[in-house]
Order: sequence, then C-alpha cells, then structure tokens
Amino acid sequence: MSEALIQLKGVTKSYTRGKQSVPIFERLDMTIPQQDFVAIMGPSGSGKTTLLNLLGGIDKPTGGEIVFDAKRMDNLDESKLASFRAGNVGFIFQFYNLMPMLTAAQNVELPLLLTKLGPKARRERVNTALSIVGLSDRARHKPSELSGGQQQRVAIARAIVSDPKLLLCDEPTGDLDRETAGEILSMLQTLNRDLGKTIVMVTHDPEAARYAKRMLHLDKGHFSEKDLAA
Amino acid sequence: MGRTFTQIAAVTMMNLRSIPDRLWTSLSTVIAVAMVTAVLLGFLALANGFQSTVQGSGSPDVAVMLRKGSGSELNSNLTREQSLLVEEAPGLARGADGKALVSPELYVVVDGIKKSSRTKANLPLRGLGVRANQVRSGIKISAGRMFTPGTNELVVGRAVSRQFEGFELGRKIRLAAQNWTVVGEFEAAGSVFESEIWADVAVLQGLYQRGSSVQSVRARLDSPASLEKLKAYSEADPRLKLDVQAERSFYAEQGKGMSDIILYLGWPLAIAMSFGALAGALNTMYASVDARMREIATLRAIGFGGTPAFVGTMVESLLLSAIGGVVGALATYLLFDGISAATLGSNFTQVVFALKMTPQLVVQGVVLALVIGFVGGVFPAWRAARVPLLAAFKEQ
Repeated sequence: MSEALIQLKGVTKSYTRGKQSVPIFERLDMTIPQQDFVAIMGPSGSGKTTLLNLLGGIDKPTGGEIVFDAKRMDNLDESKLASFRAGNVGFIFQFYNLMPMLTAAQNVELPLLLTKLGPKARRERVNTALSIVGLSDRARHKPSELSGGQQQRVAIARAIVSDPKLLLCDEPTGDLDRETAGEILSMLQTLNRDLGKTIVMVTHDPEAARYAKRMLHLDKGHFSEKDLAA
Repeated sequence: MGRTFTQIAAVTMMNLRSIPDRLWTSLSTVIAVAMVTAVLLGFLALANGFQSTVQGSGSPDVAVMLRKGSGSELNSNLTREQSLLVEEAPGLARGADGKALVSPELYVVVDGIKKSSRTKANLPLRGLGVRANQVRSGIKISAGRMFTPGTNELVVGRAVSRQFEGFELGRKIRLAAQNWTVVGEFEAAGSVFESEIWADVAVLQGLYQRGSSVQSVRARLDSPASLEKLKAYSEADPRLKLDVQAERSFYAEQGKGMSDIILYLGWPLAIAMSFGALAGALNTMYASVDARMREIATLRAIGFGGTPAFVGTMVESLLLSAIGGVVGALATYLLFDGISAATLGSNFTQVVFALKMTPQLVVQGVVLALVIGFVGGVFPAWRAARVPLLAAFKEQ
C-alpha cells in the first residue's frame, strides 16, 4: 500500500441555511494513497462536490482534520490555501472552465503564471502538456474553435502543466458523448498509471467510474467502498 | 512581486479582451462618460473663451480712469476739466506734437438684432477721442476706413458685423434716433473691443446731451511702471480723485465675475450628470464581473489571488471611462472650439467671444472621467475579488 497523500480525520461539514445548520458529513474518515485513482459516486446532494472542494482547499471543514502529504491543510488561511492549490492540485471541471478569450496554449499557461518560471520555460512546459493530451497542433486555437472533447483535453493539460500531485475531476465527462468520454477517461488513466498522478473523480456515471482503480459510494455522509481493480 | 504583476497583467488582459462580449453595455458607459465630459468641457471652454476675450482686451501700458467708486464705465462720469487735467499728468506717452496720448470716451448702450436668434441685444457704442487710435494698440481697420470726426459715421468690431444685423460695411443704420453709416470694420485680436461700435465722442456727447462730460479717460503710459505716477497724481489733486487702473487689470476684473458664473453653473451640472454616468459605469462593471464569475472563480481555484481580479476590474472600468473622457474632449473640441458665442458682459452689453479649449481643460475633463471610472469600478472590483470559489463548479 502506497503512502497516504490525503487523509480525512473525523471531518464534519455543515452549511447554515437561515438559522438552521444543514449537516453534509458527520465525522468522515478517508485515506487516499499516492497514485490512487478513486471515483466518488453517490446521489445528488450526497456531498460529492463538497468533498472535492474540501480535498482541493476550496472549502474548509466545519470540524476535523485534512492532512495532505503529511501536512495539515484545513487550518491554512486563504492566501496559503491559494498557494497550496497552485502547487499541489490540478482541477478538471465538467464545463472545462477555459477562458474563452485565450488560446489553448494561453489557457494551459495560466497555472505557470503563479510560478517563478520565465516565459521560455513556461512555453516549453505548455508544449509538453499539450503534446501529452495530443493537442500540439491546436495550441493557437481558442476554445470556441475546439470540440467539447478537445476543450476538456486543454483543461487536462492546464491541470497537469504545473505537475501537481493531485488531480480533482468534477464530472469530467458529464458534458461529453460516450466515445469522447472514453477518450478523456483513458487519458486520466494514463496520467495515473504513467505519470503517477493521484486522481479523485466525482461522477454520476458508473461507466466512467470503471476507469478508476476503486470507487467510493457516498450516501448520507458515509462511504461504502468497491475495489474496481479486484 | 514579479509574479503578482504577471498575474495582474494576465487577468487584466483577459478582462480587456472580453469587452467585445459586452460591447453594448461597455459602449453605453463610454457614451455616458463622454457626454458628461463634453458638457463639463463645453462650460469650461465657454468660461475660458469669455475670460480670454475679456482679459486679453487690456494693455498693461494703457490706463483707464473712471469716477472714484463707479466700478464700470456705464456708471462713471467725468468732467471736461478732469479730462484736461489728466492730459497734464506725468508718465504719459506723448505724440509727435508733444501732446499726451489721451482719449476721453463716452460709453452708451444701443440695441442690436442678433442674426442667430433675431432677438434684441444690448450693444456698446463707444465715443472715442481724436487720439484714440494712438492710445490703443493692436487695432486694425480690416475693411473701409476710420470714421471722420464730427460726422455720423461708425466703425464696428468684426464680431458685431458677424453676429448682428445691419452692420455690414456701407450699410446705413438707425441708432439712438439717428441715421449712421458704417464706414469701417476693425479687428482687435479677438478682444472685447471687437464687440463694440465706435463713433466720434463729440457727436455722441451732443446726441446724448452729455455736454462736455465723458465716462472714462484712457491714456497711453510711457511704460507700465508709470501707472503708479498717474495714480499718485490723481490722488494728489482733489479735482481728480479717479479710479486709475491698468487696462489689463480693469478687464481681468470685469471678466472674472461672468466666467465665475459660467464655471459655477458648469461644474455642478457636470457633477449632477456624473451620477448618471456613474450608475452606467457601475451597471457595466457589475455586469462584467457577473459575466466572468466562473472565469474569476476558476482562476482563484487554480491559485490566483483576489488582487489580480480587483485590479483587472478597476483597469477595465478606468479604461472605459478614459475612452469616454477622450471621446468627450474630442467631441467638444471638434464641435465647440472656436465657435462664437455672445453673452452679457459687466456693462450689460453683449460680449462676443469664441469658445476656447486648452490642454488643461482636456486634462480636467479626463480627470472627471477617471473619477467616474474609479468610483464605478471599485465596488464591482471588490465583488470580483471576493467571488466565491464554489462558483467555478456551477453551470452558467
């Protein structure tokens, strides 16, 4: 068993709606090893995206601890969380979230603007990321000139360009047809297998979940696990 | 620091490149700011033009003498004895015949009909002494000739012949129940004199039953410094006791009141209109932030700070307003600079002047535009900096 990349220890999360507190998780425990590829499934409102936000440092837990690479991150302030995200996490969204006014290469370059890399080094990293997703010939195209699958590949290139350990995918194939979805999921598998990226993927789609090494089912604030590799 | 700047530059460029997606709201802000700037600059150009015309009228080496405390030529009255005493004063320039260059003058008001509105307006009719031409410099008869003393002949300022009916060269006109002939037209470097009609002082004295009295005496000084000698001379003689001023400061004082009124009208109106433009700018910038909510949240999720989002929004707002300011200034310059206007001067007579734009006025207009852009941008920019990161995960 690989070393743990992320650990959730007794994590509680609730939202306040009016004067009422609405619990999402109660004392949730979870461990994600390095180089894992885990799919999280569950009914709407079960807290899948909330979990993803907690893992990515976008949201903070109400209670408990979140440990990333042996360091607590739930108690970081907003600025340190931003640095944490920039250095450790790549996000892949359902609707790609590309900047429409930028070319594919410029979109991919965005996370590198947060690093100390100079323009030449950034350009090289962008070219590498685009070649990994097979879009070197589309570097100068804007999102509106690309298909949905190509846009998601650009988003994947953006997520991996700064070489983060963790990729968080929120319904990455939710807006794609079956064939394109298969291509994207295969690519995620490759990133996990060949580049050692730890991937947490939220999905409604059991077919998509099959590409992961294991699947966690989240319901009523608790997990049930199914090992897909077995 | 370098990375923060790179982030700011990247976000700002994204904001600016997305303006075409919000073309109409952005354009409405530009137009609103342009209109505010144009209104302000219109008033400022009006005040500036009036001030330049009136203040540019005076010469530092011509002295104007009025009855003590009279304030303006219309209220003044000087006797022939006083005029003659002035001719003996020290520090006056003298002609080839050795006589002081002094012009006793009468200043009365006559009716003119404006060509533009065909309405009546007061025009100044000035009676000049025989040496008036030598007293005043910068006066040039541009058409016809000077009037002949002792006759009902007139010469008119260029502005009068352009703006009022019946003052064209050679025309006969009835003024003060008398028939007059326009025998000449003169230029006075765009000064207030171009809004005057000149005739022989002796003819006017008879016509208006003023006997030998006049309203002002002008005298050419041998140097501007001699004004003090003339003042001292006037104060020392109990028969004189005149208000003695250099012509330049006399007109500067006369013009200040009216240009202040124009300014006091212009600024409040521009500020009132600014609130409308401000509402437009706020609306545009809030729309801009709302339209880019997911993009901003995505950048924040990637690791960008709130500062680039704030600065990017501010730059967009300031840029739109600056464009509006420049468009407004350009429109004012093209539409109004140099056009003639007329208003009442301090003697309740029409002063014709040209609206005058200057770089300083343009700067004032653009500064107002930038203030609108700043206030209109700061609240939306604050919202942009605080966009919830969860917005990155929502469908738009």
